[in-house]
Amino acid sequence: MEKEGKMVTIYVMGKKHRVPAGLTIMKAMEYAGYQLRRGVGCRGGFCGACATLYRVKGSYKLQAALACQKVVEDGMYIAQIPFTPAEKKLYNMEEVKPSPNVFVEHFPEITRCLSCNTCTKACPQDLMVMDYVQAALRGDVEKVAELSFDCIACGLCAIRCPAEIVPYQVAQLARRIYSKYILGLSEEVERRVAEVEEGRFDGELEQLRELSPEELRKRYESREIRV
Amino acid sequence: MMRMEEYPGYPEEMWDSLRMVEETRDERIGKVYPRMSEEERERILREWHPDYKQGAKRPLRIGPNKGMMLPHEVADILEAHPLITPDMIDLSEIDFDVDVLIIGAGGAGLSAALIASEHVDKEGILLVQKLRLGDSNSKMSQGGIQAALGPDDSPVLHFLDIVGGGHFANNTELVEILVKEAPDVIRWHQSLGVIYDRNPDGSIKLSPGGGTCRRRMLSCKDYTGLEITRVLLDEFLNREIPYLEFTCAVELLTDDSGQVVGSVLYDLDSDEYLIARAKSTILATGGYGRLHIQGFETTNHYGATGDGIVLAYHVGAELRDLDATQYHPTGAAWPEQIVGQLCTEKLRGRGAQPVNRLGELFVNPLEPRDVEAAAIIRECYGRELGVTTPTGMRGVWLDTPLIDIINGEGTIEREFAAMYRTFKRFDIDIRKEPILVFPTLHYQNGGVVINARCETTVPGLYAAGEVSGGVHGKNRLMGNSQLELYVFGRRAGRFAAERAKSVNVGKPTLKHVERYERWLREAGIETDRRSPILLPEYRGKKTLEHHIRLL
Repeated sequence: MEKEGKMVTIYVMGKKHRVPAGLTIMKAMEYAGYQLRRGVGCRGGFCGACATLYRVKGSYKLQAALACQKVVEDGMYIAQIPFTPAEKKLYNMEEVKPSPNVFVEHFPEITRCLSCNTCTKACPQDLMVMDYVQAALRGDVEKVAELSFDCIACGLCAIRCPAEIVPYQVAQLARRIYSKYILGLSEEVERRVAEVEEGRFDGELEQLRELSPEELRKRYESREIRV
Repeated sequence: MMRMEEYPGYPEEMWDSLRMVEETRDERIGKVYPRMSEEERERILREWHPDYKQGAKRPLRIGPNKGMMLPHEVADILEAHPLITPDMIDLSEIDFDVDVLIIGAGGAGLSAALIASEHVDKEGILLVQKLRLGDSNSKMSQGGIQAALGPDDSPVLHFLDIVGGGHFANNTELVEILVKEAPDVIRWHQSLGVIYDRNPDGSIKLSPGGGTCRRRMLSCKDYTGLEITRVLLDEFLNREIPYLEFTCAVELLTDDSGQVVGSVLYDLDSDEYLIARAKSTILATGGYGRLHIQGFETTNHYGATGDGIVLAYHVGAELRDLDATQYHPTGAAWPEQIVGQLCTEKLRGRGAQPVNRLGELFVNPLEPRDVEAAAIIRECYGRELGVTTPTGMRGVWLDTPLIDIINGEGTIEREFAAMYRTFKRFDIDIRKEPILVFPTLHYQNGGVVINARCETTVPGLYAAGEVSGGVHGKNRLMGNSQLELYVFGRRAGRFAAERAKSVNVGKPTLKHVERYERWLREAGIETDRRSPILLPEYRGKKTLEHHIRLL
């Protein structure tokens, strides 16, 4: 990995391992001999499967990261949090409405928010989690949707929240309401769906499908490019 | 323009080249490297695309596709003993007896489940997922999903782009379905609550993609797959459709008539086998990026080990186009920690130019993916004009700062939050510095043969999404895999549920496993390989391997 072959010491759930410096936590665990089943997913920072808590020797701070994105540090104590104990709140999107109380109705515990900002500090995506929880309290659907858009639901905010809120669930409801009831369906989509249903493109598509490969190639090469 | 005196995220030996990219930037603005002719495209593919490399493939020795040329890594998992033998499994105790069994919980599997639940009682559905619900390549898709929505666009042009991009090897019946149902998929998503990017006037934002003749790419920032998948997953959970996580399909089940009647499952937590009998079974298992074909790094999810094509082939289902593998032109080549990860094509769609070590343009930014990838490989290994990293990787620059210069400051942070965040973690600011890229294994172009109803060639078995073949021919264009997931996932759900209403299934057996063992014996294949492999092997020193076998 590193040219000079520098090694660091990490503690995976307490067990000591020497691993090459520069590896991510995930690769370091694999290097140490773990075949991951839980706590591993896309390995690219998109899925939230590899939420991890750690402390580095000499520091009192409990820190949060994604194992696939965070590089190991010497003296790192690591515990993966592959699952967040949280009940999925159920709702029917046809019945939910963007009323100012929608979030408090579904997630009354958000009123317990202490504004301590622990959720924001825990977020490996650097999202303003506390701000969107506060926006949810105000019933500001758009703000919650906007501030939470990059959420990968890794659960670290919920694990760390002293008020026992599960912020990512509030955010998911907000984004769906924002799309369905505030943005709404798009006219151009409705129009094109109707045109397809009328069969407007059927004739031309059928013609194309009947062309010989050479003729089809010519049609392809002569199509006008307007991007 | 601001001159950077140093580049904290890059090793010093790259700084000279970085300066050249910076110095040439102004004169490159507005310049477009010409697109290749079809002849030039064919030549560069032959000479430089990994699919065409001598010795990288061999003919498959068994089964209905005997003789089909396959990358060794794919042939290896097909020419392998089934993971289980009939004597290991007690088929007398059925753990789940359902109408529709869905294997895989990415975009296609979740879509199938949602639609199936509108046709059969939800208690008659079982969705199984090897890892967590929603964990999939679907979720990782960044750049977009295609649908011909623009006033000067049409499903007809979308069709032409797909068959041209696929080298005219596509199943055109499937392509016609794909382009015609695209607008309705977008409507479905919006009705469920997916947030697509909008223009200031409220219309849907459409971007160009490689090989598209119109702006046809819808996006959700650069978290397109994440946004769609999490909405489908939320809806799936709201509907309380039965599911099992961390449960793999290790072998399908067949009855005496040869139809597929469910699957043997393996619980990854308890190491137990479970038997699921089903009237219809849907494969939505995704692709094979984690096979690391020819040693390439991959953009793919941890679970993308090609299980679906193995399960299908064991029961005798036909495969197609698996000789063609998609290498995404722009995987990260630096920093080391994220080598192989996707740098979305939308970066090029919004103005980022690929340039060589000297800061020169060498390819149109929006060629079809296979051509773009071949051009980057030629630049690095043929013309020796790439940049070499301390670990010996080569790459070319993707000049991302152009995006903000062309589209206005703030564009990158707004539209490429994921990319910006990923590189920032390693001290690279893509608003100010280019990124180093090299092709990365991205997509299984072919797969299990399906028809318009998503039926495979074996009754009772359906397939949808990356595991299936035919839609993309020999090369997929950006945004059509996302689209395919929902178009064919919905169809699979509907047709599998319809079949379940009328079909009778017999006693489950593993006779096809015995037949497969016979095929292996008759072909003289002696191996200790077993498949499906379920999880990739990265333990120990394998963590550190990058051996691209290019030349």
